[in-house]
Amino acid sequence: MKKTICMIPLYVWTLVFILVPLAIVIYYAFISDPHGDASFSLDGFRDFFSNPVFAEVLLRSLKIAFISTLVCILLGYPAAYFLARSKSRFKFVVIILMLLPMWINFLIRTYSWLSLLEKTGLISTLLTYMGFGPVDFTGTEFAVILVSVYDFLPFMIMPIYITLLKLDQSHLDAAADLGANPAKVFFKITLPFSVPGILSGVAMVFVPSVTTFAISQTVGNGKFPLIGDLIQEQYMVVSNWQFGGAISIVTMAVVLLLMYFINRTDSDENGGGILQ
Amino acid sequence: MKKLKGILFFSLALMMMIALLPGCGSGEKVVVYNWGDYIDPDVIDMFEEETGIEVVYEMYETNEAMYTKLKNSNNNYDVIIPSDYMIERLIKEGELEEINFKNVPNFEANIDKEYKNPAFDPENKYSVPYTWGTLGILYNTKKVKETPDSWGVFWNSKYKGRIIMMNSQRDAIGMALKYMGKSLNETDRGALDAAKNKLIEMTPLASGWYVDEVKDKMIGGEADLALVYAGDAVYCISQNKDLAYAIPKEGTNIFYDSMCIPKGAKNKENAEKFIDFMCRPDIQAKNAEYIGYSSPSTPARELMGDAGKDPTAYPDITKYDLEFFSALDDGTKEYYNKIWTEIRSSR
Repeated sequence: MKKTICMIPLYVWTLVFILVPLAIVIYYAFISDPHGDASFSLDGFRDFFSNPVFAEVLLRSLKIAFISTLVCILLGYPAAYFLARSKSRFKFVVIILMLLPMWINFLIRTYSWLSLLEKTGLISTLLTYMGFGPVDFTGTEFAVILVSVYDFLPFMIMPIYITLLKLDQSHLDAAADLGANPAKVFFKITLPFSVPGILSGVAMVFVPSVTTFAISQTVGNGKFPLIGDLIQEQYMVVSNWQFGGAISIVTMAVVLLLMYFINRTDSDENGGGILQ
Repeated sequence: MKKLKGILFFSLALMMMIALLPGCGSGEKVVVYNWGDYIDPDVIDMFEEETGIEVVYEMYETNEAMYTKLKNSNNNYDVIIPSDYMIERLIKEGELEEINFKNVPNFEANIDKEYKNPAFDPENKYSVPYTWGTLGILYNTKKVKETPDSWGVFWNSKYKGRIIMMNSQRDAIGMALKYMGKSLNETDRGALDAAKNKLIEMTPLASGWYVDEVKDKMIGGEADLALVYAGDAVYCISQNKDLAYAIPKEGTNIFYDSMCIPKGAKNKENAEKFIDFMCRPDIQAKNAEYIGYSSPSTPARELMGDAGKDPTAYPDITKYDLEFFSALDDGTKEYYNKIWTEIRSSR
């Protein structure tokens, strides 16, 4: 009984902020003329598939999210590994420094990159000084990926770090005693053990970077339309909620499907991924 | 089942509480919903000090964004400042209150005759002009040697990556239409498709699509050419002397941004006080000098000295082919939305 009472806030939260909004999105996606006769219609989906430019936008978003996630793993895994293995007194300082930027508002962090990347920005000015400039990094795929990685990297490091903390040193010692070299210990024990952490990290990096719109509008100079921009514009500017809802549902379906396959490849051996 | 009922009841109660929150607070107030970067903040302080009415200030980036928010709000706004064609649409849809001009004596006294009874509000019942201006080209004279007297300059590959386009539906599409010798209010689908293709063709040349950020970019020399409102040009030129403004020979848009009161506004009298205050010559002058947009009040311009005669803000309007935007019928509006989404999805 006590447990049920404790769960009420969670239920309410889920209902009010997840299920109800989701229901509203789905409702508008399938209804034409919501202020008039509000009849069932698939026009939103038809519009999406009738012009290849929209699928292109979705593919571009998936590609950028995929690259960002990959870079996050390549950068984040070693960081998490050494943090988890480290016995240094300064470990917590490093963790705090890593998390510190997360205490600053996401938009401010993203905008700050503009002053670094633009043609009259810090990096370009330095390059000019050294005789290479001026270079404008904004409005490129590179800038969008760079800032995505910057914004989402801690979400990759933390779950891997926490998983690796639970790895018992005696397992590694045992493997070494039985003659495995360090590389073999890593690939046979450490890496498989940390897969659930990586999967959580992937979910926490990939999904938000597919749907981000602030990053492409700032360092992408607004000429790098991603699926998030398209959805945002349908709701806020064009006020075509049906099309906006349809794009949201298509995007959610694609992302869920991808996450399902990523998780399934692993579920034979391990548990604990975020979607299991 | 009982549990589920409890959860439902609780969440309903919570939602009701959230809905009631904005109604809290005591004292007189007026909620102003204006464009971003479109008022001298001192003017707000002065109004609060003189009248004791608290100003709640919110901002939008485009007429369309304002419209969407207004339509989905719960009579939250008391003063809005849309442009001509949007006012026409709001009047048609019955979304505006008639202003009681007895409470706005400064309108009669200070606003010039040519800005009264405009086509979008012929009997002048719903709107009081705030500023006016033209749409044109802001360019860096150090990088663009010839005067850009045609919209065609935006399609000149010489300036690839140096052009800033305006992330605003009517302005960008209208510019392309004007370039092709069409009306800003074109409804012919063929002409609109042609304008769409023109803009898609231009997209690779653009360094970016902005509304408010264009000012920082042009002042900082991040780009050489931009589609801007004259008022923003005035501000940019005041910050960077290399910049200049041109109105192309194909003609352009002239716009009024006027103060209106949305239907069902909760603080209508305070809204009228605010509108009246904004028409006072000293306030008009102070505000126009700050934001750079053109004042519709001669007494105010006289107070502004040279700034009141700046040809960027106050061009000889008889010299150019100037056209107002007018409200589009529903079918055409949807078509604009469709091609706009396609333009903004391409690269």
